[in-house]
Amino acid sequence: MRPGGLVAAVFGLCLGGFTLEAQAPSAVSRTQSASTADSALEARTSAVAGELRCPVCQGVSIQDSPSELALQMRGVVRDQLRTGRTPEQVKAYFVSKYGEWILLEPKPRGVNLLVYWLPAAVVLGGLGVVFFAVRRWTRQPESPGQAAE
Amino acid sequence: MNWNRALIAVLFATPLIALFAWGFTRDPNVIVSPLPGHEAPVFALEVFAPGQPPLARPIGDTVRLADLRGQVVVLNFWASWCLACGDEHAILTETAKRYAGRPVHFLGVLYNDVPTAGTAWIARMGGQSYPSVNDPAARTAIDYGLYGVPETFFLDATGRVAYKHTGAVTEKVLTRVVDSLMAAATSSKTGRQGL
Repeated sequence: MRPGGLVAAVFGLCLGGFTLEAQAPSAVSRTQSASTADSALEARTSAVAGELRCPVCQGVSIQDSPSELALQMRGVVRDQLRTGRTPEQVKAYFVSKYGEWILLEPKPRGVNLLVYWLPAAVVLGGLGVVFFAVRRWTRQPESPGQAAE
Repeated sequence: MNWNRALIAVLFATPLIALFAWGFTRDPNVIVSPLPGHEAPVFALEVFAPGQPPLARPIGDTVRLADLRGQVVVLNFWASWCLACGDEHAILTETAKRYAGRPVHFLGVLYNDVPTAGTAWIARMGGQSYPSVNDPAARTAIDYGLYGVPETFFLDATGRVAYKHTGAVTEKVLTRVVDSLMAAATSSKTGRQGL
């Protein structure tokens, strides 16, 4: 190899090395931003998946279920969120396929309101019963005494 | 007797008994599908089990729902690991043969299974008269709101989901639904021609 060629090769290597060094930070930042985007997508996927019922389980969300169908449904959630659909649109998609049953928390409207109000009504009714029962019990001992007088 | 107490007890007990009685009339495993009456989700799936002539389609061929417009489609989701699928297999394959040459298309969709296992299962069952397609990652199954297998969807000639059957399908159901959908397709065609 000619001395000129050697110098050019060394220069080229140095330049190449410099170029690599110069590129490295941007590559790292790209990887970091990609992983941040991925973790944000995963967080959104988990949030939506946590609200959807696993069809082949008993009262478990597709986020918590280890079943294959739940895993595939999480994949659908992830893909739809990635394409820009909102969590509400993703949930609406599953409701259109499985009905409102697929939502772990039913929407508070129509007959569903019973789910929200009935427990409160039963608790209030129970408290009323307890209140009247206690009042009657606390009065009872007085009656025989009063009658004796 | 304290009539007031009796009245209160009846007022509380009656709605509860009515609620439980209504509950007994429902099968908790059957969840009503919202799909019937709506446009069937489209699909384009690859054939892995060709079926038998005259219903055969080549392996690797893509079956598109759009290409089946104008025909009644019987879409049966199955798997080789599904016990109930064995119960309905002979009925489906015989009924499909009986309707050969008429505007009815039977199609099996493999659910959460591998095509080699599906092909081996078909061979063990003595063959399948109609083709079966593979559904990678169960995307089509989810599009159809599938809970498990077997489930059979009946699509009318206009591409709408007409009926969904959960569990092993019987010959009675197959014949009744397919005949009624074919009759509806014929009458609507006659109606259009008459206009």
